Order: sequence, then structure tokens, then C-alpha cells
Amino acid sequence: MQPSVASRVAGRDGFVAHVGRRSLETVRALADYRTWGPLLVGQMRRLGVDSVPITLFIAVFTGIVLSLLSSYIFTGTVPLYFVGALVGKTIMMELGPVLTGMALAGRVGASIAAELGTMKVTEQVDALETLAYDRNSYLIVPRVLAAALMFPVVTAFAMGVGVFSGWVTAINLLDLSTPEFLKGLKLFYRFKDIWFGLVKSASFGAAVALMGCLQGLGARAGAEGVGLSTTRAVVLGCEAILVLDAFWALVLL
Amino acid sequence: MIVLDHLSKAFGPKPVLQGLCLEVPDGQNTVIIGHSGSGKSVTLKLIVGLLEPDAGGVIVDGEVVHEMTRERLMALRGRIGYVFQFAALFDSMTVEENIRMGLVKRGYDQATIRERVEESLAVVELSGTERRYPGELSGGMRKRVGIARAIALKPHYILYDEPTTGLDPVTSAVMDQLMIRTRDLGVTGLVVTHDMRSAFTVGDRIAMLYQGAIRQVGSVGEIQATEDPVVRQFIEGRPGDAAAAPAGRAE
Repeated sequence: MQPSVASRVAGRDGFVAHVGRRSLETVRALADYRTWGPLLVGQMRRLGVDSVPITLFIAVFTGIVLSLLSSYIFTGTVPLYFVGALVGKTIMMELGPVLTGMALAGRVGASIAAELGTMKVTEQVDALETLAYDRNSYLIVPRVLAAALMFPVVTAFAMGVGVFSGWVTAINLLDLSTPEFLKGLKLFYRFKDIWFGLVKSASFGAAVALMGCLQGLGARAGAEGVGLSTTRAVVLGCEAILVLDAFWALVLL
Repeated sequence: MIVLDHLSKAFGPKPVLQGLCLEVPDGQNTVIIGHSGSGKSVTLKLIVGLLEPDAGGVIVDGEVVHEMTRERLMALRGRIGYVFQFAALFDSMTVEENIRMGLVKRGYDQATIRERVEESLAVVELSGTERRYPGELSGGMRKRVGIARAIALKPHYILYDEPTTGLDPVTSAVMDQLMIRTRDLGVTGLVVTHDMRSAFTVGDRIAMLYQGAIRQVGSVGEIQATEDPVVRQFIEGRPGDAAAAPAGRAE
């Protein structure tokens, strides 16, 4: 008999228990810093620095659209300098972290799942274990840590570029001057706006990388299995971002 | 010594091993032969703790593998080299980096590591390939690098998973010579294969795995002279159904 959806998700051997067990093993593997330490910088570059171009591309257009959209909404009802407030607040607190997270769930999550999935089906993960390496220390910890450390950095860039492109749009395409845009930007600004976004993005990074690792290491034999695990990693990474987004809104706001 | 004690393992409803018993004596090459899918590779993975048995156990140097702590298991793996069927080289690393992996983990200094890499590549006659990637090597060369990676660690045991499968006769003979040379260096070998020519060449003892248990075990001469119809059919490579014959007993 096929197990029910509920037991597959929340049962003793279900998805939630599996993620929990793996998370605990990953935390335990943190003690093995001699294994993951030398790999961390390389992963930070690969998962973080190499993701900057796509993130900035998204941030530029988000800033432009937000600026134009808020002008459209506010014209005739609210003073136009509120465009600065909306662009700043929205990008720092929500769109910066979430859109960056989603983009990186595609790029980073898929790349990790495909890499580890291929290693799994070609027995490279088994080979690693037979050489006395712990798979959690060698494969999971450096990726999860690198993503948790680098997502906030990439998100900070995205925030800056998004606000900048919103400002450029406002002064060139809208009837708004720089002092007016800055007035709006400062109006509701609180330092919490920034750290709230960055804390969220760190958790998004850890979740996206963990999903990529779990799906990759759970890949079944063959190219189809690797493809399936890659797709699942992206979908689960995006879902995790949305769940964590709601969680942080409940906890920190 | 490696002792397989009433090993049982199933994947879902499909039993693979059903009470397998076998002793692998030190300093010899023991060969496990059997049909594809008979559980030969599963047996090797149980020995290094990559899989856990459903019943029974593997005892290596007096310790039960599946009862070991993580640290003890890692120490055990330091004493066992594993040559995978498709080599399982890390494809993003060069040949040298592949061989270095296990040595770095054991904390050797750079000079020793360099020496061991050169030495092990010389044994498998692949000196000069240090900077090449696995994708640039032939199947036979990849398998030899797999052996070099295993012997660089100077293990007590080496497990060979189908070492000659998919190789041309000349490369297979080279692999056989390597396994014999490794045995002569004092390393205990456990080879799983269905290549009978290779089994008779490298084996000191041969065990036939059939329906999840050892059907017969003996010296090369004893296996060649066997009257067990299942073993006979397998070593002669004859088609037909010998399965109806009663199961023999492992020694």
C-alpha cells in the first residue's frame, strides 16, 4: 500500500523528519572544521560572488518597475516623494531578499543538486566515504555555511543597486528631484529595515543550499534521477524561502 | 581478517543477501563470483559500512562494522582501500588530487604525500598522468588510477568491485597483474567479479555467491573441478537452468 501524503511529509520517515535529521547531522559536522574549513572560501566565491551579476540584473529592473509603479499609484493621491519611501522600504525589507533568494534558489540550489546528484550516481560520494571523509563535513557544511554567509552580502548589493536604479528612474522619468526622492527614502527608514532583510537572506541561503544538498544526495541512479532532484531542489528552495519569509515577518515585525 | 557472519540485506521486498557466511583470510586474494545482481557489490559496501545489514554482521579485525562509532568506522576505512567498478574518481580533480585526497585526510606531510602519489602511480604504470583529469583517461587508465588511489594509503585490505569489467583482454591482464602484485605486497584482497579468467588468475580462494548465500568456496583447483551444477554452469558460461539443483554448503 502506498503511504499517504501526510505520512510522506510528516511521518517518522517523512520529508520533515529527513530534513531535521540531516540538519542535525550538519550541525554536528560543524565540529569537523579541518575538513570543511579549506573548502569554505571556494564555495563562498562560487555560490556568492559568481551570483552577483544575475542578482544585480534583477535588482536594476526591480528598482525601475517599483519607481514607475509607485508613481502610478501615488499620482493625484499622495505626494510623489513617497516614491522614495516605497522603493526603499520594499526593496530593503521584502523584494531585495526574496527576489535575490528566488533567483539564487534557481542558480545555487540547482547547481548544488546537480553536482551532488552526479557525484551520488557515479559513486563519488561513496568513494569520499571510503577515503574516511564524512559526507556532511565535506559536502554539506561548506555549501550551507557559504550560502548563509554570502546571501546577505549579495542581497546587500541588490538592495543598494535596486534603490539606486529606482532613484535614477525617478529623477529621469518622473517629475521628482533627488532631494525629494531622498526625503521620501528617509521618511520611514529605520535601521531594522536593513538587518531584517539581511537576517532573512541568511536563512534563505542556508535553506536553499540545504535543499540542494539533500536533493542531490538523495538522487536516484541515472540522468533522469539527477534532473528530478535538481528540479525538486529549486522548487523546495523557493517554497522554503516563502515559508521563512512569513516566519520572520511573524517573529521580527 | 574479514568475517561475513550470516549477512542478510534486502532492498524493499527484494532480498539480496540471505545469511551469507564467508571468511576472508589475511594475505590472500579471495574472489567472490556470481551473476549480475547477485549482491556482490552490496557485500563490499556492507564491509566498509556504506550499507547496514538487516541481520548478521561484518567483522573486521575483531570489530563488528555496523556497531562501530563514526570515529571507529572512519579509522576502519583508513585500513581498507576500495576500487570501484567505474573507478568513481572525482571528476573535478586531477589524477594527483584524486590520489592526494585520502592522504591529506590522514594528515601526512606534503613530502610524504608527493612520494606516495609518485610511488602508487608508478605501481600502476601511470607515471606522468598527475595533471590529467579523469575525463581525459581511458576506462582502463581510470581503473588503474582507482587502484593507485587505494594503494597509496597502504591499506591492510583492498576491495575490488568488478575490476576487469568492460576492459579489453590486454588491459584486463594488466589489472590482474596489479591485483597479484598488490597481494604480494601483503595486502589482503577481496575481488568481486564475473570474469572467470580473471578470477582463476588472481584468486587464491574462490567463493560463488548464489541466491544470497555462498554456494561453494574453495581453491581455484577445487572450483575448477567442482561437480556442483550451478557453479559448473557459471564457470563454463553455459546458458540453461541449473537453478533447480540443490544448494551446496559453504565450507
